[in-house]
Amino acid sequence: MSFWNDPLKVAADWLLGIFTGWGMPVPAANILIGFLGVLILISILMVLDIGLVWVERKVVARFQDRIGPNRLGPFGLIQPFADIIKLMIKEDTTPGGADKVVYNIAPMLSMMSVLILWAVVPLAPTILGVDLNIGVLYIIAAGAIGTLSIIMGGWSSNNKYALIGAFRQVAVMISFEIPMLATLLIPTILAGSMGTAAIIERQDVWYVLLSPLGALIFLVAAIAELGRAPFDLAEGESELVSGYNIEYSGMKFGMFYAGELLHAFTFGGFWAILFFGGYRFLGLEQVSPFLAIAVILFKAFIGYWLIMWVRYTLLRIRIDHMLAFNWKFLTPLAFTLIIVTALMHALLSGTPAWLYLAGMFLSNILVAWSALEIARSYSRREREKVDGKKAVEVGH
Amino acid sequence: MNPWVFVGLFFLVGLIIPLGAIGVAWILGPKKPNPIKQTTYECGIETVGDSWVQFKAQYYIFALVFLIFDVETVFLFPWAVKLGALGLFAVIEGIIFILILVAGLVYTWRKGMLEWA
Amino acid sequence: MTGEQIIFLVVAFVTLFAGLMVVTARNLVHAALWLVAALFGVAVTYALLHANFLAVVQVVVYIGAIAILFIFAVMLTRKDMRDQGPQMNKNWWLGAALAVLTFGGLYLMLQGWSGMSRTAAVYPSGFDAVAELGNELVSPAGYVLPFEVASVLLVAALVGAVYVAFNRK
Repeated sequence: MSFWNDPLKVAADWLLGIFTGWGMPVPAANILIGFLGVLILISILMVLDIGLVWVERKVVARFQDRIGPNRLGPFGLIQPFADIIKLMIKEDTTPGGADKVVYNIAPMLSMMSVLILWAVVPLAPTILGVDLNIGVLYIIAAGAIGTLSIIMGGWSSNNKYALIGAFRQVAVMISFEIPMLATLLIPTILAGSMGTAAIIERQDVWYVLLSPLGALIFLVAAIAELGRAPFDLAEGESELVSGYNIEYSGMKFGMFYAGELLHAFTFGGFWAILFFGGYRFLGLEQVSPFLAIAVILFKAFIGYWLIMWVRYTLLRIRIDHMLAFNWKFLTPLAFTLIIVTALMHALLSGTPAWLYLAGMFLSNILVAWSALEIARSYSRREREKVDGKKAVEVGH
Repeated sequence: MNPWVFVGLFFLVGLIIPLGAIGVAWILGPKKPNPIKQTTYECGIETVGDSWVQFKAQYYIFALVFLIFDVETVFLFPWAVKLGALGLFAVIEGIIFILILVAGLVYTWRKGMLEWA
Repeated sequence: MTGEQIIFLVVAFVTLFAGLMVVTARNLVHAALWLVAALFGVAVTYALLHANFLAVVQVVVYIGAIAILFIFAVMLTRKDMRDQGPQMNKNWWLGAALAVLTFGGLYLMLQGWSGMSRTAAVYPSGFDAVAELGNELVSPAGYVLPFEVASVLLVAALVGAVYVAFNRK
């Protein structure tokens, strides 16, 4: 057992020896070690978050044919640190009619709802985080706290834009939670467990191959849950200026902003865990836990990059279209997919692996194709109805 | 030990770190409030009336529909975990459960409750 | 006193205090937020009991859905969030008497209950409570009928809600 094979256990044993040497009881020492571990993990995440500011700005610049930050340091790498210093020394204004306590709690809750997600992220075969047997539901539970923080921030600011933004955002978040819950059922069915560690362990074939449609619906629901374009009407700049965080300034605004970026990155990570094998890649995870961490962070970055790609390519959708898209298309589709997945899983569970894979993949494609056909014929009829009406009007 | 202790630690540290950041900013930043600075932001126009206004009833309807489907989908998770070991009968029971609720969705749809009117 | 007991006492106190604030807060949104705190306290209690599934469902359903619904409802029905009226009606002594009676009755009933001093049995290794729950929900010997009836109940609730909302329109 060397440090390179199981760094967490070696470090924990070493610290346990030190703490018990000081006369500390073992459970207390274990909790203290856990606290230190969580503190280190979250500190690393916050540094990563600062890096994400740079990544996001650089990527959006490239999408819009600009250069992006390029003055401070090589490739503008120092820029986000300068931003942090600026956020730190800015005056923190509170609007006159604000509900002070709620107003101050909201940004902290927003950040916390993202950070606690990392409790169930397995980083390597030996670094599982907290291995809860209800891991995937925990993601939704953390999202519930995020939803709450948005409505708290929007309401307490005493600003009409903020309140309208919060209402829209919450309506979108709760609506898209249904397809997200439904697609979380798919890895649960395939792995036979809700624990994120077990889902990765049993993913000998990436679940995206068994359920490509499920992976796609999860990504769409995740983007809506994050409130990013094309689902960013909460901050629709042209109408609401900034949405629920409009009255926030200084570090409190920074918390909302950093929370959003880290949230997107985290959901990239969950997409990788649920559908792309998490830390597993060609047996690299067996070589060293550090390689496993590199693999999962790389996959999370790919997911994050995809979310950014969608954000900077698509246009914002109107709220009625968005809710109609969710309730009339995505939700029925997700439930159909669960029914099909459950049936195929039960029917094919005893068959050879290639047949199982082919059956799952083809049934997914079939569901996706028929859903698109139904949507297409419906929209054709709608268009004909509108066109027909227009022709009559012109005729009069 | 109860694994939730470590989840609790995540909650604790997740609150301490933003609190620390905001606290440091509060110490470092200037504090010169004045009534004009603290007015509600509305693109430069004076605010009219209270912002705690009444809202569109449609938000409430969507929250209600969401609540029903949320509870339903949560019910399905234990079923999904055990699905592989239970055989076809249990799968069909779960599918009946889903279909009854999809019927509810169809009813809501038909009644026009899903329209943003 | 073990660490678990200390955590339990703190959580129980916070939950009860939040519950008290729900009924005494003048501002309706504050009352809803205190309700969230109370519900979260219940979730922590479930977590202390190793009831993972219930703890998470408590947060997902009660905080993620019902509390949001309450906040929406408060903002939809009231123009003025600050309740001005008296906080007691003239039957307050009846309510207080009923509360004392209920508490006393529960206290007397639980006096002779041996469960108070027992510690819960530890799960055997490899026991997955969620899988067990799933098994019970769909096995004909278990709770398959309540499971299906629950779905009918949810649809009934949906239909009722839609009907009420539809008529108001």
